[in-house]
Amino acid sequence: MSRTAATSPAAPPASSPERSRPSHTTTADHRLYGPGLSVEPVEVTGSESIIRSLEALGVTDVFGLPGGAILPTYDPLMDSSTINHVLVRHEQGAGHAAQGYAMVTGEVGVCLATSGPGATNLVTALADAHMDSVPMVAITGQVNAAVIGTDAFQEADIVGISAPITKHSFLVTDAETIPQVMAEAFHLASSGRPGPVLVDITKSAQAAKTTFSWPPEIGLTGYRPVTRGHAKQVREAAKLIQQARRPVFYLGGGVVKAEASEEFRALAEAAGAPVATTLMARGAFPDSHEQNLGMPGMHGTVAAVAALQRADLLITLGARFDDRVTGALDSFAPDAKVIHADVDPAEISKNRLADVPIVGSLKEIVPELTTAVTDVFEREGRPELESWWRQLDRMRTTYPLGWTEPEDGMTAPQQVIRRIGEAAGPEAVYVAGVGQHQMWASQFIGFERPRQWLNSGGLGTMGYSVPAAMGAQVGQPDRVVWAIDGDGCFQMTNQELATCAINGIPIKVAVINNSSLGMVRQWQTLFYESRYSNTDLNTAMDRHGDQVVPIPDFVKLAEAYGCAGLRCEREEDLDATIAEAMAITDRPVVVDFRVSRDSMVWPMVPAGVSNSDIQVARDLTPDWDEEE
Amino acid sequence: MSAETAERRTLSVLVEDVPGVLSKVSGLFSRRAFNIDSLAVGPSEIAGLSRITVVVRADEVLLEQITKQLNKLINVIKIIELAPETSVQRDHLLIKVRADSPTRLQVTQAVDLFRAKIVDVSVDSLTVEATGAPDKLNALLDVLEPYGIREIVRSGTLAISRGARSMTDRALKP
Repeated sequence: MSRTAATSPAAPPASSPERSRPSHTTTADHRLYGPGLSVEPVEVTGSESIIRSLEALGVTDVFGLPGGAILPTYDPLMDSSTINHVLVRHEQGAGHAAQGYAMVTGEVGVCLATSGPGATNLVTALADAHMDSVPMVAITGQVNAAVIGTDAFQEADIVGISAPITKHSFLVTDAETIPQVMAEAFHLASSGRPGPVLVDITKSAQAAKTTFSWPPEIGLTGYRPVTRGHAKQVREAAKLIQQARRPVFYLGGGVVKAEASEEFRALAEAAGAPVATTLMARGAFPDSHEQNLGMPGMHGTVAAVAALQRADLLITLGARFDDRVTGALDSFAPDAKVIHADVDPAEISKNRLADVPIVGSLKEIVPELTTAVTDVFEREGRPELESWWRQLDRMRTTYPLGWTEPEDGMTAPQQVIRRIGEAAGPEAVYVAGVGQHQMWASQFIGFERPRQWLNSGGLGTMGYSVPAAMGAQVGQPDRVVWAIDGDGCFQMTNQELATCAINGIPIKVAVINNSSLGMVRQWQTLFYESRYSNTDLNTAMDRHGDQVVPIPDFVKLAEAYGCAGLRCEREEDLDATIAEAMAITDRPVVVDFRVSRDSMVWPMVPAGVSNSDIQVARDLTPDWDEEE
Repeated sequence: MSAETAERRTLSVLVEDVPGVLSKVSGLFSRRAFNIDSLAVGPSEIAGLSRITVVVRADEVLLEQITKQLNKLINVIKIIELAPETSVQRDHLLIKVRADSPTRLQVTQAVDLFRAKIVDVSVDSLTVEATGAPDKLNALLDVLEPYGIREIVRSGTLAISRGARSMTDRALKP
């Protein structure tokens, strides 16, 4: 592996394969994001230059909240005929909304905030987008250049603060550089491994007189993402696939980001190997496809976990060997060789040494691999995978996903989520928070298409769901968007219901209300002798399990925010309640689904333990060596 | 292999000279728990580009990861490893050492032996300047230590490859 890979003159980057909207025509500089407008030089202010740059970049929706240091930019924003600004109630909401927007459209999501607290409120969303490789650009106002460093009112070093959690961050003090920086920010966010980029612009630069023209020159000497996979490595990978007897595709979110789902399906079918779809890759390959074993990892299916664990070859595509997938790393997939294809060279051999590394865009690598696999199969014969499939099929039959009915007479949360998935179908978008409900949503909603499933995977941000669903709904107004949230998560960001109600963003929120911080409570049950330290939320019952006046009452809360508020307390009302929620399309809906708090997420690989010790229920480990 | 026992490796990093670049580089090392022995930064022969010499403790796998992570920083233009055999590596050292009349001659002799220089003199101390490979400077410190070292200022290692070629030759080709 060359130490200068990122700057070596590899194949010239092809026009960004990540984006596919027809409106983005090819421009002279392939790195230029947007429709490729040309604008003659015109005298403007810095803030007008920001708005005009956004227009030239093809931005149609921005989520934000004004304040002192960004005020100059909000003025010309009022006059823009192409940019719709959604006024959020908290900047974190703007950040997650930009993420949700980006995740459903594949476009760069944009958020706007003022200096100091406005900027720091974006931090969680930036970190989330960084972990999950979400293309977004955050624009923040900064205090006047002359007072930077004086602890001025609402001053925070957001460029410094955000450096570890963004792909890049810019400080703009010279208005002349605004178009160039904006173009660079969008290119960085959307190309290579996508990610968040922050552009911090001083109030003095916003107020200054300058010239705007488009397109600007793009610099970025040190940024040359590799897109073409090395042909020899691709052939080597195909050879390993032909030789393997227990191969498995380990599919990550990179497949979705690269828009390579269809190409992957062709590869999977050509190779005939089983497929494990990680949390970030749910939907990248249809759940209904017979080769899909489901999700691997801490709460994965027995079949997917076993497939990775017993494989002799991992064909890793756009995944990063996260600890939630691998369990104890030193005992993960002990017999497997590893093919690892990723657009980010730093992911390769970071956690698990790759035998065949391939750096590049999956959009290009996957079809090349399909061709190479087909060729080698024709020459050397198709590998014998029947015995492997027999083992895995037995796992699937013996250990399907399921749940035990709660003993407290409450509805099983898994049932609620499954029924929502059945009612809304694969054309809807599902946006989870973080915790038990997130895992159940991943397990029990059938995912058939990429970008059907949004969640906070890497950072695990409680509170992601409502604002991300809002952004998703703005990005795809014609789809039904269900936020599958927990009663804990929901209380972190539900102020954006106001934004949704006022701006006609009719998201549906299923609060899977078990009156507790459920995943933490599950760990307390399993690992802390059922000592429930600070996990009761009193949103349905008290710590003894007795019904109480809920604080808050989610139905009243919904109504206070101008949304429809429904409650479902009995399983027999489930379908009718979901149907009622589906029928309301003129405003957001919040449904308080009262569920058992004793339900647990199974299967489970406890943290730091080998995947071979997966439990399908408490203290129950599958029998691996049962005769076929 | 633990980081403490791992080999000392020298990376030369060409970066854009923009505000915050040093903090981006050093922040990367701290947040990914990479161990730095030393870090030195200064301008390069090309306007707008700075050169950072960083010495890390790393085996082959870790060094590759460090290099890849550095390469992800947008302001980083190029990284090369400078092996001791094919590069010149120097630290710079300023030492204030106690030296009164009984010991002054011995200190002066030690300084001469190491081909270091005395750059300031007072009644009971000498200030010594030395340039050399890290090991040589450590040896000088060992020799002077018994006389009483009052103050040490030491630069990070600077390194440059041997031969005619420059790091920027290839880095800046389009």
